[in-house]
Amino acid sequence: MTTRIQQIGLALFLAGFGLFISILTLSQFRLTDAILTEIVKPEHRTAIRAEVAPMMDKLYGSQWAFAGDFKAAINHLNDGYKQQQQWDRVIYDTYAFSVTKAASTGFFPANTGLFSGLSIGLALFGALLYILPRQQQLPGIKNNHLVRHPATARGWIGIIVGGFLIGFYVVLYFYPEYLTNWVLLVDPLSRALSGSPASQWFLYGTLYTLCILVMGIRMLIKYRHSRYQQVRTISVMFFQTAIAFILVELLVRFNLPAQDLKNMWPLDYSFFFDYRINNHLQAGTQGIWMFVWGVALFAIGVPVMVYFFGKRWYCSWVCGCGGLAETLGDPYRHLSDKSLKAWKIERYVVHGVLAFAVVMTLGVLYTFLTGNGSVLGISTYDLRSWYGFGVGSIFAGVVGTGFYPLMGNRVWCRFGCPLAAYLGLVQRFRSRFRITTNGGQCISCGNCSTHCEMGIDVRWYAQRRQDIVRSSCVGCGICSAVCPRGVLNLENGPVESRVMQPNPIILGNDSITVRVPE
Amino acid sequence: MKHIVIIGNGIAGITTARHIRKQSDHAITVVSAESAHFFSRTALMYIYMGHMTYANTKPYADDFWVKNRITLKQAYVEAVDPDNKSLQLGDGTVLSYDMLVVAVGSKPNRFGWPGQALAGVQGLYSLQDLEAMERHTSGPPVRGTRRAVIVGGGLIGVEMAEMLHSRQIPVTFLVREVTFWNIALPPEEGSLIARHLLEHHIDLRLETELAEILPDEEGRVRAVLTKTGEQIDCQFVGLTVGVGPNIDFLRSSGLALGRGVQVNRFFETSLPDVYAIGDCAEFTEPIVDSGGFARRPVEQIWYTGRMHGETLAQTICGQRTAYQPGIFFNSAKFFDIEYQTYGSVTNPPAPDEATFYWEHPAGQHCLRINYRPATGQVVGINVFGMRLRHAVCDRWIRQQQTLTHVLTHLPEANFDPEFFRQYERDILRQYNEQTGGSLALKTRRGLFSRVFS
Repeated sequence: MTTRIQQIGLALFLAGFGLFISILTLSQFRLTDAILTEIVKPEHRTAIRAEVAPMMDKLYGSQWAFAGDFKAAINHLNDGYKQQQQWDRVIYDTYAFSVTKAASTGFFPANTGLFSGLSIGLALFGALLYILPRQQQLPGIKNNHLVRHPATARGWIGIIVGGFLIGFYVVLYFYPEYLTNWVLLVDPLSRALSGSPASQWFLYGTLYTLCILVMGIRMLIKYRHSRYQQVRTISVMFFQTAIAFILVELLVRFNLPAQDLKNMWPLDYSFFFDYRINNHLQAGTQGIWMFVWGVALFAIGVPVMVYFFGKRWYCSWVCGCGGLAETLGDPYRHLSDKSLKAWKIERYVVHGVLAFAVVMTLGVLYTFLTGNGSVLGISTYDLRSWYGFGVGSIFAGVVGTGFYPLMGNRVWCRFGCPLAAYLGLVQRFRSRFRITTNGGQCISCGNCSTHCEMGIDVRWYAQRRQDIVRSSCVGCGICSAVCPRGVLNLENGPVESRVMQPNPIILGNDSITVRVPE
Repeated sequence: MKHIVIIGNGIAGITTARHIRKQSDHAITVVSAESAHFFSRTALMYIYMGHMTYANTKPYADDFWVKNRITLKQAYVEAVDPDNKSLQLGDGTVLSYDMLVVAVGSKPNRFGWPGQALAGVQGLYSLQDLEAMERHTSGPPVRGTRRAVIVGGGLIGVEMAEMLHSRQIPVTFLVREVTFWNIALPPEEGSLIARHLLEHHIDLRLETELAEILPDEEGRVRAVLTKTGEQIDCQFVGLTVGVGPNIDFLRSSGLALGRGVQVNRFFETSLPDVYAIGDCAEFTEPIVDSGGFARRPVEQIWYTGRMHGETLAQTICGQRTAYQPGIFFNSAKFFDIEYQTYGSVTNPPAPDEATFYWEHPAGQHCLRINYRPATGQVVGINVFGMRLRHAVCDRWIRQQQTLTHVLTHLPEANFDPEFFRQYERDILRQYNEQTGGSLALKTRRGLFSRVFS
């Protein structure tokens, strides 16, 4: 039941969020020569200046019109070059985002602090007001009405939220010039951390971290009776805030490559791209050290850590995608598909992506080392841009997060993440980790399977007294938490002690002495 | 190849069907009027509370039955005709069998209270009961349920209280006994649960008996009257005073019936090729489990139904097998407090038994170990708010380990999730204080201790 305070919190959140959306329409835009001089490279300056002359000093009421005109001008210019076959003069730089951001003028850009407070600040305050009163309820598993509520049962709220997230990712990845007002909101924070103006990625990182922190607080309250959940949640909140967000900006401040030091190849699929390797090399000893760290993380860290603890050490304790799934995605765990068919699709797709990532990276490295841009007639540049578009943007972002309220909170981790596939192979074949089932105590109720975010039919194992050893299990521990009879426990022990075959007769019945050889 | 017909698709009937299929090629038909597919009865409460959908409670996907050639038939069995080895079904058809398994479960008890048939008065056992409860407790606010009364303090009563609580329906809980669920729980555990119920604002009335249920003009419940003459206004009454075998349809079959279908240790009834298992079976010979404790002739426990099914399937597949229960175990959850029990913990303990009881000061965790002082042998363990490892407890009781062995090795049985606070040290300290001893823990928690102990 929502209390009065929670209702006020919800109202404030919606008000803040509403203002946040409307901020996108607030600015006016004016292109000046100073902006062009600052942003456009000298070799393009003359041509662009002539092409956008009609826009100069004209006051635009919206960025749709402004960015539209600017992009049309650049396209027109490029069309001309292409017709005249002047390929070397074609402009590939995406000036639209920076120019639109710089051209923002009027009351809004002069008062971003005020607007940040009234939008993001108010939404955060409202969200906390909604979340914190849960502390008043008695601790315990309270998934009441989850499978009926329109927000969590693919109802109208879920569809709206999913639609918003999908739209947000599409605009963020492909049309960032329309988000410049939001980026202006976080400009002061970016300057404070890294000393440089904010990009759309800084905006994304800020929102991402805030989501993990606020929904992490919700998680800490919801599971305050479970220390496993508490420790794990604090861990993802820490790694996102300190390592993935703040440290990366500080590295930039100290002229080091911007690297999320807990992320690793192949999730960090551009780790071996030429510009990033060069970045490391140019940054001297520290840069090389960071490169070695990145390689060691996946080459040594993964096998060793997964052997001892299972893939959970990364997926539900450290990873940023996992961090968002475990906090923002917590209300959507039960939406994952538990069918055998989904499991089949999952295995093909996730291992397919892993293979694609390996092939793409090998191609990129081949080109880096030999200078030869194509392998077997396929351009490695095409390969990497296909991967970046198909997997990096569409799968990981648009589908991975946008589909939370529709297909559960681990769509990307389950079907798409090549790192999860790699961690999973180690976990399945060479790990001390398993979920133990407790003798004959399972009552087949189905809470474990229902709330498994990875779509594992946990009950199928528990009711036949078999340990759960699955490559996809991220060890979130929710099955153990929701089990009403204390049947499931995440444990590490000798690899051979994992019970991989069922006992036909479950503990407690001495009528029959048949036992399957283990 | 024979045609095995099983009446009832609960845990007992379905386990029988699965195990017959594992071992033989017999044709199997499962008949049930309740549902098209097997679902977990123990999960009914979670459907009502919105933790799960009905589909989530089905332990096997619908195509499992086709793949395993187990025919499911949704029909009500009107009568059994043992002379012609056939069943008369509600849709008018006749189903022949070579062997019949009666696994029809229970129905809620009603003890002849005036008004017990009113609309809004019900027990909770079947899917239909759940649907009725949904109907009786939802509705516009004016006609809706402003208070519910639950009669009878057992596991289903607590479940019902939690269900109603999830919809903010105030609950008055009438319990006849001095402490909560005292046929199973010693007074300390009963009080622990009673306190927990009160914390959830359940209006628990111990030593209070129902006298009468009062109707409104439309034949719906309007109030209950207790034996002390108190009237409690309510729009819903849950009768959870136990369940009894659901065997009325067998009265004309010629089967020997007592409280349930009478069977021997092989689940054989008075008629050839007819067996009965689960809640509806009543043993006519004593059943003593591997711990040496007599079991009740009718043991209405989900796990027991499963064991009956496992065992009977052997007999049906040609390996005539007597039922031999192992060390007793059971579990439940009372709102937020989990409960497990192993071996024999009776209230009060048997004359040759003594008890060791520890309770955390916060009153949400406790451990009881009953033992025989003469030998020190542990006979049973009750645990609330902690999880114990079934296999370890089973082994201790089976091997007749002593109380001091169990207390000093307790971490071996710890099945709580990682990082959870451990209480073994506190428990042992209390034991040392009570006995003047100086025992120390000998094992650590976790798989390591289990594997190398």
